[in-house]
Amino acid sequence: MKGKVRRRTIFAFLGPAIVSLAVIGIAPLLFAAYTSLHNYNLTKLRKVKFIGLDNFTFVLTDPVFWDAMQRTFSLLVIVLPLQLLIGLGIALLLHQPGIGLLKTLTRLSLVVPMATTYSVVGLLGQVMFNIKYGVVNQLIGFIGIEPVNWIGDPENAFIAVAFWDVWQWAPFCALVLLAGLTTVPSEIEEAARLETPSWWIVLRHVQLPYLIPGITAILILRTADTLKLFDMVFTMTRGGPGSATEFVSLMIQRIGFRAFDQGLASAQALILLVVTIVLSQLYIRYFYKEVQQ
Amino acid sequence: MRAVSQKKRNSTASQGILLLIILVFCIFPFYWMVTTSLKDQIVALQTPPAWVFEVTFGNYTEVLFKDGVWENLLNSLIIAVCTTFLSIFLGCPAAFALARFEFRGKKDLWFWFITNRMVSPIVLALPFFLIVRNLKLLDTHLVLILIYLTFNLPIVIWICTDQFRAIPRDLDEAAVIEGASQWRIFRSICLPLAAPGVAVSGIFSFIFSWNELMYALVLTRNNAKTAPAMAVSFMEGYNLPYGKIMATSTLIVIPVIIFALIASKQLVRGLTMGAVK
Repeated sequence: MKGKVRRRTIFAFLGPAIVSLAVIGIAPLLFAAYTSLHNYNLTKLRKVKFIGLDNFTFVLTDPVFWDAMQRTFSLLVIVLPLQLLIGLGIALLLHQPGIGLLKTLTRLSLVVPMATTYSVVGLLGQVMFNIKYGVVNQLIGFIGIEPVNWIGDPENAFIAVAFWDVWQWAPFCALVLLAGLTTVPSEIEEAARLETPSWWIVLRHVQLPYLIPGITAILILRTADTLKLFDMVFTMTRGGPGSATEFVSLMIQRIGFRAFDQGLASAQALILLVVTIVLSQLYIRYFYKEVQQ
Repeated sequence: MRAVSQKKRNSTASQGILLLIILVFCIFPFYWMVTTSLKDQIVALQTPPAWVFEVTFGNYTEVLFKDGVWENLLNSLIIAVCTTFLSIFLGCPAAFALARFEFRGKKDLWFWFITNRMVSPIVLALPFFLIVRNLKLLDTHLVLILIYLTFNLPIVIWICTDQFRAIPRDLDEAAVIEGASQWRIFRSICLPLAAPGVAVSGIFSFIFSWNELMYALVLTRNNAKTAPAMAVSFMEGYNLPYGKIMATSTLIVIPVIIFALIASKQLVRGLTMGAVK
């Protein structure tokens, strides 16, 4: 059957999707490339002027941009290992034989954090982490900790955002890793358990190889999602206080829509796009070998 | 022997306690959102927060009818449903082609689709805003329906390609011998068999569109303002109306959680775009 399908047929199937994605997804990028080469300020549209690569050279030497990038990757480096470890713990716990009903309920409850609308998570953060009315300070008060100014203090705001991100995505890691654990052939796992009572050895030598695809997927997707991170932080802290939680997407949004400097923001966005494309390349290399041939 | 069973019982008990902690940890914010939405403003601003209080539905009637949140929910619904159907309509044939036909550039096409999943929406929001403003289309449903295709179309294509691949080729080969066209094979044989997968991709597409905030914030003002954008606009000023914000949030989140639970078996697969089966 291979090769017998006419090109016209192939195009009839693929064309509509490709054309619409190209118009919506690529045409705007060309326009962004155009604005990035201009002095394009929304408040001074009459004075748009070609300035070559000035925006790009500015961005690449701009401490604000690099600070935001660094902040984004700091968040990732703090949050990702926690999510993986907590996720792994939950997955191992759910993989053990045990109370069936409670396990099912817990597995279903893992869906709740990742399904909660990101912007609502941020709003909830405002409510729960509020210094005066927040339940978080009440709960830590029970174990004798003084109320903490979560949202108002730069360091604590960062911690609160990180905590929220862990809450939302550790369950996702758990479900991915649980899916990995169930792919271990049960004969092999049982044989290993007869050999050794240590769960660590079983994990390290028997289960880990089956978890690698899931872990790699998590690493790459979470990296991309952290570069995209906007909704939750915007509704919770607006990037503040100061710029304590201004991650890269928030920074570009501020420059483009609150400082109105579309030219500069477009240059930043295109640099972010390049980073993302490199990342996607990695993703494909690992997971879709069959299409790589 | 007894020691062993004792140990076993202990480990079951500790497993039970840990599971319970995880359960509470996952659900507590949801619980807090719902209970806060049922609090009067005075109760909501109590220090320390109240756990037992008189339940009121005042926040719901106020946001829905006085602040007009029902219109925002309707906007969200219109936009999410339209963009979902549009992505299925455009995406299914493309997925069929990717699963069944061989052609040059297939690799690049896959790559392009994945990249769309990774790109930060702010990259497109900037130029899209300027273009839409020049076309005088700001604050219309159409704009959001179209821009949401950038993340929905890839996800529909990914999930459905997987589904079409799983259908044995013998079926279409038999149909080809009978003289059926590729379109006929797609419509009458493969699409019905892939229907469950198509439905799941639709659920994903709906959830992503319903949850989206950044594009909605940038591209709408009043007419097409979605519910998340509306919830954010309650955040301005002092003395935040916590009850109202949480009531709106609850109205936004409940449908998503229902859909996510329905699709919970495929959730991981969908979120990793098929990398984890």
